[in-house]
Amino acid sequence: MAQQTSSPARYDFIVIGGGHNGLVCAATLARAGRRVLVLEAQSRVGGAAATREFAPGFRVSSCAHLLHLMPAEMIRGLELEAHGLEFAAQGMPTTALRPGGLPLKVTPAGVPGGDAGAGGDAGAYAVYTQRMRRFAGALAPLLGRVPPRLGTAAWSDRWALLAVGWQIRKLGRRDMRELLRIGGMNVFDLLEEQFDSDALKGALGFDAVLGTNFGPRSPGTVLTLLYRMAAETACGEAALSQPKGGLGAVCDALAKSAAALGATIRSASPVARILVAADRAAGVELECGERIEADAIVSSADPKTTFLKLLGAKYLDTGFVRRVSHIRARGLAAKLHLALDRAPQFTGVDSASAKGRLLLAPSLNYLERAYNHAKYGEYSTAPAMEITVPTLNEPGLAPSGKHVLSAIVQYAPYALKAGWQDERQRFSRLCIDVLEAAAPGLRDSVLHAELLTPLDIEREFRIEGGHWHHGELAFDQFFMVRPVPGAAQHGTPMPGLYLCGAGCHPGGGVMGTPGRNAAQQALKGGVA
Amino acid sequence: MSTSSKQLSPHFKKPLLETPFHARARDLSQVDSFVAWAGYTTVDVFTTVEQEYFAIRNATTLYDLTPMVKYRIAGPDAGPYLNRLVTRDLTKLKPDRVAYCVWCNDAGHLVDDGTVFRLSEGEYRLCTAERQIDWLLDSAIGFAVTVDEVTEEIAALAVQGPTSCAVLKAAGLAGVERMKPFEIGYFSLAGLPLTVSRTGFTGDLGYELWMAPAAAEPVWDALMAAGRSRGIRAVGSQALNLARLEAGFLSPNIDFVSAEHTLRTGRDRSPLELGLAWLVDFDKGHFTGRRALLAERRRGPHRLLVGLDVAGNKPAHNALLYAKADGRREIGSVTSAAWSPTCKRNIALAMVDAPYFRTGSAVWADIYLNRELVWERRMSRAEVVERPFFAPGRRRATPPAEF
Repeated sequence: MAQQTSSPARYDFIVIGGGHNGLVCAATLARAGRRVLVLEAQSRVGGAAATREFAPGFRVSSCAHLLHLMPAEMIRGLELEAHGLEFAAQGMPTTALRPGGLPLKVTPAGVPGGDAGAGGDAGAYAVYTQRMRRFAGALAPLLGRVPPRLGTAAWSDRWALLAVGWQIRKLGRRDMRELLRIGGMNVFDLLEEQFDSDALKGALGFDAVLGTNFGPRSPGTVLTLLYRMAAETACGEAALSQPKGGLGAVCDALAKSAAALGATIRSASPVARILVAADRAAGVELECGERIEADAIVSSADPKTTFLKLLGAKYLDTGFVRRVSHIRARGLAAKLHLALDRAPQFTGVDSASAKGRLLLAPSLNYLERAYNHAKYGEYSTAPAMEITVPTLNEPGLAPSGKHVLSAIVQYAPYALKAGWQDERQRFSRLCIDVLEAAAPGLRDSVLHAELLTPLDIEREFRIEGGHWHHGELAFDQFFMVRPVPGAAQHGTPMPGLYLCGAGCHPGGGVMGTPGRNAAQQALKGGVA
Repeated sequence: MSTSSKQLSPHFKKPLLETPFHARARDLSQVDSFVAWAGYTTVDVFTTVEQEYFAIRNATTLYDLTPMVKYRIAGPDAGPYLNRLVTRDLTKLKPDRVAYCVWCNDAGHLVDDGTVFRLSEGEYRLCTAERQIDWLLDSAIGFAVTVDEVTEEIAALAVQGPTSCAVLKAAGLAGVERMKPFEIGYFSLAGLPLTVSRTGFTGDLGYELWMAPAAAEPVWDALMAAGRSRGIRAVGSQALNLARLEAGFLSPNIDFVSAEHTLRTGRDRSPLELGLAWLVDFDKGHFTGRRALLAERRRGPHRLLVGLDVAGNKPAHNALLYAKADGRREIGSVTSAAWSPTCKRNIALAMVDAPYFRTGSAVWADIYLNRELVWERRMSRAEVVERPFFAPGRRRATPPAEF
């Protein structure tokens, strides 16, 4: 690999966006000996996987606050730990909060039984988790791969389709039948037929709808749950981790890894548009007017932003533009950051559990009611939350003795009927009230509160619609049709333009797999 | 009662609309032959097809084309929008000019054909045979453009035939003789404003008149009065269909089916297959279907719509085509066929497989004839010939001859 020179280099690839997927992609391309330039709009890399100072001395992960989807093999392969990635906590426990009752610990190993636990569900839970893990294991290989194309005569596509079938067939007759039975079901029905404990069902159902536009009764929510579990399979033991320094530390390490492999990374360089020459993506123009040429462009921006804003419909066919504009990508998850004077005391939660993940979804009906509001453009009056107190694992994120609470709040619709301008404060107060009920005294300890609505997420991270996954994870936007047919193999109708963001298979979450797969496709020079 | 409910109330009782020329057409109809066209009732035949056809080729004819679907396309991006929609280079289309165009889907298959009128710098009118609003609106994503259907707001009348210019002049359209083919001009007739384009579907000298619905009857009457000594006559769709076949023009749903309407795979047609490669400009920048059409051009078309000169005088309606007279190897089929009274040839348009579509190739048409309820079969030799079959110099002459 040639050394970078100070003269304006001619790049093989420009990667738009320095989030985790963009950086993984850049690192993979650089490792193959290509000259790569990463252009990040913000003043530092990270995209939505960044760490921000939301109040003087208080730092928090901007969007996702746990690392549980990035394959262990990728962390090793890109030597992220050598590049500074450390974990403040790994294998974090999950606790389901029960307002007015004792919390329930839910770990992959099991749930406690008895009146204080999940009642008689402990045995059923063991059967359920084992079966779901077998299913997730069967689906996991599909997540690592570039999906096949439909309707082609190529043998590679046919083999890939056969492999999908074989993965499922390999489960054996009973399991295959069960997977096919539940695959299209909603998670509400699935959990209702397995368990009695409301708290257990609420906690398990929450993972199926986290970051989506679904309630537990929405069709296809078993698939989203299996998808999440399948992606976690690749993480190995480290599942549910808190990187030291927040999620931004993951991207810092990725950036160092990519730079060590020879990639150039420029921050504060927002791309205004993708330049086209002779029907090929040939460079980018920055918002400052600077033009940079490259042989190919890889965009980690969401598909709508990439195709409709950066490239422009005029370079694409009508049918393709129609499909892109129909991608469902309206965010429903908000992020609440609280700077606290002292550590919150969640009723009945011991100190070990407090360091883990706390779920506020006491029942499936609570979740579904929370979702009902969102369907009609209102925020939930009793929202569900995934809560972490990162300062319990890493005190350095806040001034001495002070704490940070980070919560993903559902549901807060992107297109709020009343508009976020006026409602932001009210929703923020409502969320604090809900937390106060679970952790008495919390309200009085709040020094500063920040609420990132999907609208803020759209503005700040340049994700059209403010959806964490760059597009709903659902049957119709999954695998071979993610984000749309014609761009599901990372190549696009525009020669020389590739997608590497969460809008591609296997999708959202701080995963990195779309970035790696896109790089491999771009190296092959494949087009849609 | 509000105006809208007044308009709507009879609609379900009488599903077909009447054009602003309907009262005049009904008066002249001798055989009561009407057909539905794009939601309107229009005349198929007034008297006899032959009489009407010969008026197109020898005198002047009026044809009511109000049901032609019309869209107003305006806005700062109207030009770039249309240029990305159609396969032709419309940046070359100047104000007050008309261009015949086709547009394709992503696969490079024909959605429809039509004419684009550039009415001013930023306003266009698109005339098509079928409604296209969904495709046009989807194509508008990302463009600062408005697309509105204006079919009911504009009455349209085709004035076609060798004496048509003379009739228009006699009616008071001074200077109409200076209009070049595909030019748009503005006149007044019977005191009413009138837009005229030198366009048509007959392959002959002719004009199309565009006016407010209220102007329809006065304009019709003025033309009938001015044209009496020049053999003016109202014509229906059948006579026009014969004329358009001689001119080699394609008819939607007869010679091709819109790619947005086909259900079976392989029934879509690309402009290259339809012999419309001259309408496709690969160098103008991107348009929908360009990449697919480039790939098709590299590969070479598998089939082509061509003209046939069929032996004998029996029209080869719907005939299957064979490579040899033995009728073993099927190589295509006829889409339109007629005995051409002007060319004195038995002509047809046919979709023919490679390599038989080359000009000069001989193919065999399997023609079925019903002779007083007894079916006969005739294998007729046909030769692939250039289109159009009939292209008189007068269609382009400016000024046209005096009559």
